[in-house]
Amino acid sequence: MTKRQIGFLGILLSPGALWILLFFLIPSLLIVVYSFLDRQTGGGVLWSFSTDAYVKLFTPNPNSPIINDFVIIFLRSFWWALLTTIICLILGYPLAFFIAQQSTAVKSMLIFLVMIPFWTNFLVRTYAWKFILNNNGLLNTLLHGLGLPRIPIINTPTAVLIGLVYGSLPFMVLPLYASIEKFDYTLVEAAQDLGANYFKVFSKIFLPLTMPGVVAGSVLVFIPVVGQYVVPTILGGGKVAMLGNILAQQFGSAMNWPFGSAIAVIFMILLMFGILIYFYFEREEETV
Amino acid sequence: MTNIDVELVDVTKRFGDFEAVKNISLQIQQGEFFSLLGPSGCGKTTNLRMIAGFELPSEGEIYLKGQPVGQLPPFKRNVNTVFQNYALFPHMTIADNVGFGLEMKKLPKAEVKQRVNDTLELVRLPNLGERKPRQLSGGQQQRVALARALVNRPDVLLLDEPLSALDLKLRKAMQLELKELQNKLGITFIFVTHDQEEAMTMSDRIAVMDHGVVLQVGTPTEIYENPATRFVADFIGETNFLPCTVVGCDNGIATVRLGEIAQINAACDAQLPAGQEATVIIRPEKINIHPTRPDDATADTIFAGKVAESVYIGTDTRFAVTLADNATVNVRHQNVSVDDPLTHVRAGDTVYLSWQSAAARVLTA
Repeated sequence: MTKRQIGFLGILLSPGALWILLFFLIPSLLIVVYSFLDRQTGGGVLWSFSTDAYVKLFTPNPNSPIINDFVIIFLRSFWWALLTTIICLILGYPLAFFIAQQSTAVKSMLIFLVMIPFWTNFLVRTYAWKFILNNNGLLNTLLHGLGLPRIPIINTPTAVLIGLVYGSLPFMVLPLYASIEKFDYTLVEAAQDLGANYFKVFSKIFLPLTMPGVVAGSVLVFIPVVGQYVVPTILGGGKVAMLGNILAQQFGSAMNWPFGSAIAVIFMILLMFGILIYFYFEREEETV
Repeated sequence: MTNIDVELVDVTKRFGDFEAVKNISLQIQQGEFFSLLGPSGCGKTTNLRMIAGFELPSEGEIYLKGQPVGQLPPFKRNVNTVFQNYALFPHMTIADNVGFGLEMKKLPKAEVKQRVNDTLELVRLPNLGERKPRQLSGGQQQRVALARALVNRPDVLLLDEPLSALDLKLRKAMQLELKELQNKLGITFIFVTHDQEEAMTMSDRIAVMDHGVVLQVGTPTEIYENPATRFVADFIGETNFLPCTVVGCDNGIATVRLGEIAQINAACDAQLPAGQEATVIIRPEKINIHPTRPDDATADTIFAGKVAESVYIGTDTRFAVTLADNATVNVRHQNVSVDDPLTHVRAGDTVYLSWQSAAARVLTA
């Protein structure tokens, strides 16, 4: 590259680079720095080095030798995110497959239907679920009308999981659809021709070749769900907290900014592993 | 008694209201190189796909080695297919592609490896086992597709226009190589193509299809020399069609009236009633052309005509000659002698055409 070209490239890249620096890199570094400072009562930080936040995060509860409440919330958040991802995958894979089988016109209409929820605010949609799942909500009124017992579902982990799956499903279906849609079905015939039964065709041909969609969908579902705030707040009634809830709590009512920052740092480190796995699979795909 | 490998009995395939294959019956013998030839949409690929098991016949039965298989899924039939676009698995290495069928049969790993290597060597692609399909050229992918099918030692190998994606030179080489491979292995090949030259080059027998129907089954010579219908005559090679009326027919020789110009004799297969409208066909290379009225004792028919066009193409010269009743006849004259007087014939000159009665045939279909 000539000097001139480098200069030109610099001009082209600088707005993006500046954006990332200002709104991503600096805030992230700030969080890391805050997590090593002292808390100030009433919010904010004192500019003196301290590892209190991390000590608090990793100090076990006196009554249970290893785990404290925060670790439980970490584990719960990751477990629920995993559960949500698996449920979305189980629901989304056949759905994406079904959509990909349709004629072009029907396909675009179904994809349009998958995306329609995005037209309404996520908060509003989650409140709609609250109305459905409430003790006197749509579901229980219906059950009662049919002479069946009511199910207390609101403010339970089940309600939160329903909300999480509901909100994440399109993010699973769209990348799955994209990779299933470009699948070449003569490969299925080729595999059957070579003696593969329906199960083998799926496990040896169809699944490996649509794996990029599975990985992309899983990352798009898993990462946002781990830090969910809206769904556990509204459908869990504050009784089933996730990472988003304790973060909000520490920066809000608890006014412990360094501790909130420490949680965020650990959270970021853990998620980065997920992203590394994603890039690993991306690389695999390139070598196909 | 010959061994019949594949038999189709009254097979019909419908897609909705459309009949892709209409009541076809075929017998293909063990070790035969059999081609299904026809224009696109004639049902030849549907036919092949029914033998493979990708389509199930709406009516009729298919037998493989005497066993009815018409309703079996593809993975329960001992036939393998080479696909038009090769359909290699992009996420597997060449060795894994070729070994796929054996792995499905749960053969021991060492045997799979041995057979994969042997087969890759057979198709002259050794040492490429670790590559991925996309790293190979079209011709190499073609060979891998062939190896992937052959490694399973199928009773019948089905080939769906496998050479159509290759360039002409490579195609010609692969035609000979396929034929050689088939001779060596003795496996029955059923080859689908729309290229009549390809079918003629490789096949022991050809079934010519059009609109879902088999029009004729025969060796390349039979199909070229004795086409059963106008369509077959037109599809295989080049032919002149002269409308005629049957005057009489006796013992394989028909007497027909060609418009107003003449009454001639020509070969015929069936007993034809007098007065029937028919067509006389004669191949361009079977017509002799002369600058002056010939004194040819072997010729049964001699016509005068005017040259409408003459095209010199090296090995031979092609003439279009207009006869007395304005019918145009194409003639191929091989350039055998150096000082041929015909090289000086120009458009508008009068020439004389002659042929033997046996070279012309009367067709009614």
